[in-house]
Amino acid sequence: MLTVDNLEKTYDSGDKALKGVSFEVSGNEIVAIIGPSGAGKSTLVRSINRLTEPTGGRVSLDDTEVTGLDKSALRDVRRDMGMIFQEFNLVERLTVMENILSGRLGYLSTWNAFRRNFPPEDIKRAREILSRVNLEGVENNRADELSGGQRQRVGIARAVIQRPKILLADEPTSALDPDTSREVMSLLTDIAHEDDIPIIINIHEVDLAVDYADRIIGLSDGEIVFNGPPDDLDQAARDEIYRGGESIADREEPSAGSSTGSDDVIAERGD
Amino acid sequence: MAAESGSAVEGSWERPTVFYNKKVKYLIYGLILLFFAYSFWNLRISPSRFVRGIGAGVELVTSMLPPAYTPSQRDLLIQGIVESIVMTIVATTIGIIVSVPVAVMASNNLSPKPVYYVGRSIVAVTRSLHELIVAIIMVKAVGFGPLAGVLALAFKTIGFFAKLLAEEIEDIDRGQMEAITAAGGTPVQTYLYGVLPQVMPRIVGLSIYRLDINLRHSTVVGIVGAGGIGITLLNSFDKYDYQFSMAIIAVIVAIVMVGEGVSALARRRIQ
Repeated sequence: MLTVDNLEKTYDSGDKALKGVSFEVSGNEIVAIIGPSGAGKSTLVRSINRLTEPTGGRVSLDDTEVTGLDKSALRDVRRDMGMIFQEFNLVERLTVMENILSGRLGYLSTWNAFRRNFPPEDIKRAREILSRVNLEGVENNRADELSGGQRQRVGIARAVIQRPKILLADEPTSALDPDTSREVMSLLTDIAHEDDIPIIINIHEVDLAVDYADRIIGLSDGEIVFNGPPDDLDQAARDEIYRGGESIADREEPSAGSSTGSDDVIAERGD
Repeated sequence: MAAESGSAVEGSWERPTVFYNKKVKYLIYGLILLFFAYSFWNLRISPSRFVRGIGAGVELVTSMLPPAYTPSQRDLLIQGIVESIVMTIVATTIGIIVSVPVAVMASNNLSPKPVYYVGRSIVAVTRSLHELIVAIIMVKAVGFGPLAGVLALAFKTIGFFAKLLAEEIEDIDRGQMEAITAAGGTPVQTYLYGVLPQVMPRIVGLSIYRLDINLRHSTVVGIVGAGGIGITLLNSFDKYDYQFSMAIIAVIVAIVMVGEGVSALARRRIQ
């Protein structure tokens, strides 16, 4: 179970990206985090495994408090959290096999990592996962030879081979076309059910969130303004998330001068 | 108002000068010309001195042709050339092995500020001295012979290789590194999987290029007693044995040309 308690992040520039966010995720729940650009979605997901260092509050995975761990203990807990990225973040010049196996690096000595000396069970499992994500036969291709959808499936395979207790997906479909986006979302939901792990998906396409998520968290200006099943996400809730409570009828231009200032966007796009 | 004053000059336009105004511009041009005139006056190379110089040059060249060597000189030549080539290979290997960690230190995206400044200082110091100066220092430090030459060439390799590799490292895609970090990789594993594959083509290209440079320099450092063919060349000049000098120069040119060809071929292969 992942517990996020009053999480805060203030960037060096003074932008408050997260203003005390609290929620829990457990079981094999698929939680979609939605919200406008600059609401802090990316910061939130990245703060859970401390790729972005939160400035306040606590994150706990089962009985381990992630915030406050030293570097070595943080590496251990990161092995239990698989991460999937918007731009896939595959190592372009390495083969698909090496990219998938790099998910096991946390369990490998540096010398064995240098020699690409992965244990046989890891390699066997990498092949199983390859067929699970429908990528048989490409293990010796370089990652930069694949299409966007294939790359993201390699990214998912790399996270799954970690045998994580939770998956974190930071805008996994933003760089993909609509059909491929749906394939990736259904692959993620299958993994959650088959491996019995929860997934936190940060996503800006509300339709995809409603179709695939068990629960939706709406983030607006660094605060949770909605937390419930997709069926409860009515127009009022959407207005609350995207327009700070004003309905479409109230204003013609939903973006200009809204409560989520454009300076927050810059802060979030820091990665 | 603006329109009225503008109409008078509407048909004329002048390129804005990088100097404050035209007067400053011509003043600076004048000063530069004056400095050139002073330089020539200071050296006072008269036309008759110039003609005498050409005469001596023609005499030298005619006394050098045709290149020739006695059997004992041939042995000296082969010994010197082999020593130069061996020095090149050893010095380049040592230089590159030392350069890679220095390059990591000297790249501002991987190293904390204090380490970065140390790395940059190493690069600056190794770049600031000419090969011959370094070779003289090394001869004083470890005595005559190829060891001094190897140390001098390896030392110079660091400044070149680490600087250019550091610039390449600063341009890498952080996302690929981040993925390894998120999977629980140690910093060294992150370098091995997230950074090294991205800069590997550059490492190969720079190595070949530096091998080429070191081959040329290895023929020169011998002049100050640091091993290689250079000392044989200097001795032949001292003995006015210009035909042997010409033979040595021809062999050096031939070797450098072969090296140039091989490096061009190798660089084409790795693109």
